[in-house]
Amino acid sequence: MDFEYTAEENAFRNEVRDFLKQNLPPKPERGKGFVTSWLEKVREKGWVGFSWPTDYGGSDGGLIEQAILREEMALAKAPPLGTSFMGLAWVGPGIIQYGTDAQKKKFIPDILDSKVTWCTGYSEPNHGSDLASIQCKAVKEGDHYLVNGQKIWTSGAPWADWIILLVRTDFDVDVKHKGITCLLVPMNAPGVEVKPIENMAGDRHFAEVFFTDVKVPVENRLGEEGQGWMVTVSALANERSSIGEVTQMFDKLDTLKDLVRKTKKQGKPASEDPKVRRTLAMFEAKIAAMKYNGLRYLTKQIKGERLTSETSVNKLHRASLEIEMDDFAVELTGQAGLQLAGGDDAVDGGSWAKASLGWPNVVIGGGTPNIQRNIIAERILGQPKD
Amino acid sequence: MNFGFTEEQNMLREQVRRFMREACDIPRVRELMSTDSAFDGNLWKQISDLGWLGLVIPESYGGLGLKWVDLTVVLEETARGLSPLPLASQALASAAILRCGSADHKANWLPTMASGESICTIALYDEPNWISPDAITLTADAVDDGYEITGVKPFVPDALSAQYYLLAVRGPHGLALAAVTRDQLTVKAQPIMDRTKPTGSVSLDRAVIPADFLLPMTEEDLAYLTDVGAVAVTAEMVGAAEAALTMTSEYAKERIQFGKPIGQYQGVKHRLADIYVDVESFKSLLYYAAWTVDDEPTELPRAISLAKGYASDAFARIGIDGVGLHGAIGFTAEYDIQLYLKRSKWARPMYGDSDYHLDRVASLGGL
Repeated sequence: MDFEYTAEENAFRNEVRDFLKQNLPPKPERGKGFVTSWLEKVREKGWVGFSWPTDYGGSDGGLIEQAILREEMALAKAPPLGTSFMGLAWVGPGIIQYGTDAQKKKFIPDILDSKVTWCTGYSEPNHGSDLASIQCKAVKEGDHYLVNGQKIWTSGAPWADWIILLVRTDFDVDVKHKGITCLLVPMNAPGVEVKPIENMAGDRHFAEVFFTDVKVPVENRLGEEGQGWMVTVSALANERSSIGEVTQMFDKLDTLKDLVRKTKKQGKPASEDPKVRRTLAMFEAKIAAMKYNGLRYLTKQIKGERLTSETSVNKLHRASLEIEMDDFAVELTGQAGLQLAGGDDAVDGGSWAKASLGWPNVVIGGGTPNIQRNIIAERILGQPKD
Repeated sequence: MNFGFTEEQNMLREQVRRFMREACDIPRVRELMSTDSAFDGNLWKQISDLGWLGLVIPESYGGLGLKWVDLTVVLEETARGLSPLPLASQALASAAILRCGSADHKANWLPTMASGESICTIALYDEPNWISPDAITLTADAVDDGYEITGVKPFVPDALSAQYYLLAVRGPHGLALAAVTRDQLTVKAQPIMDRTKPTGSVSLDRAVIPADFLLPMTEEDLAYLTDVGAVAVTAEMVGAAEAALTMTSEYAKERIQFGKPIGQYQGVKHRLADIYVDVESFKSLLYYAAWTVDDEPTELPRAISLAKGYASDAFARIGIDGVGLHGAIGFTAEYDIQLYLKRSKWARPMYGDSDYHLDRVASLGGL
């Protein structure tokens, strides 16, 4: 056991730090065009799609270097390395793994250059957690598929350029995981209609997406017909190390401590309240557990062992912390904690109140906690399937 | 960066598992539990021959000169099978001598501890649930030929098997550890619920120890010994909790109700998943804490308080739910899961409960 880094790894960390010192001014000093130039610079460094093969514009970055890059970016509170979170997280890796040469040429550079944003068409009105039961239908007609159906809860759909879409090409199957196909569809294709849904925080970043006789060229199929489930599963399994998340959560914990220090409860400093102290300590224990779980799993990967479903452990911690930390801040600050931005007594600009209404984004998107529990119980502990 | 075990440590783990399987399985543990001391000289000899008693004792004093991470491997695996052998007490006593003893103490005492010829234990606090220098009230008074001690040390782990005792006392010059031999005190077995962790009280009546048998102990030393004590206990909690999870998980696959295995019901499988999350998590925290003992000592207090703070509550709940998920059979004396419930209750207050450790995390974190 050691937490030392090699000379090369330390050199890489220093390189990232130096870069951030030179290219990441404090927020108020970031002028117009900052984001554009930031994206160009990190692209030039090869840090966008850092782990992707060099042949496709990545840097073939190793596991530890990836973790270092994420950690330093999170420590510096740097903006994202690209504008398409989903493009970088799973669409790109999915195309690299299953795409044709033409698809790679067409899509990968635009993802890396932040020219297009992607959204993900998985969930349907009656099939959220039960993803494999999808009904959105695609019929092959010559050189194209004709798509009819509906997706819902599609995050980013109101502004995305493309959608990675799961459709059913075969209804006559013995197992529901078969007969599913993955298509890449431009959001401006005739017959695609987006209806944003307002969420409980008042935002409109997810939407219903309707497909009416949408023609999708066969060349936009990712993987073989009927292979869609596999494409999806391996794309979602493209797990990112949680180290960046952990850094952000430690940061949030610090902000929460600042709040506690300036808050009174029943007329006394909240920082002296045993329940408050215990709650914050337990947040810290869970975040630290995520950190060391992550390092243990990273070590396994470095040694060439395949992870099974261990990452669900940190997802469950993340889900509970995501709900509990903001909720704790709102509860602690009483009626002031209820005020949103603009309120005379709003706490920290109403940011806790707002965040306490935003957790489903993280907690439900990508698999609810109960689905994560099923995964752990079935794949790790070997319990029978539901 | 490598947060994993070495090949040697993996082999050590296998060795302990084999020993527990072949020499100290649960039927044997149950036999030992029926005695006051739960001690077996033959098994003690075997583990001393394997070198486990000298893991963290330097080679110059007859030990293997390894680290607390190695000791953690052994404690985790012996606790998986609920070994009642006083291995942790011996390790903590040797840690105390290494920390507070003189060169002579180390040279005179450590080699026989490493070889298992002497069996030692250590008792710090006189209050049942108070981690503080103020919770040490037993006194040692200066007399002509050394120090005299009269009083009771109420909570002494492995008191019945030990030959030598390190007892925390208030001496004329402050806190100290008094080295006392078996013939100078009276041991009384206490009927505690976990019989795999035999505990007694010891009373001393004008017992006189030589002047150089009083080892000065600073408050920092006391904090350190409490922290490594918590590392040892939490390592045992990891092994025992994982065993309780395995046992319950296996039972859930086999037990059929309403025509299907109970593990198919989400009420059962989700609880098992949550237990897995907890065990994985306090295991990771514990491994880090064990690493800090030798490699980053300034981080030890925070690291072990995170681990023990998390584990104390989580393991207690695992013990209860382990029994609960078994249903009525889990309640029987015959079934082994109840032994783990008892172990979880034993471990909870040892070297600080979750209230103590989580409050310390808050303090160390600037609150």
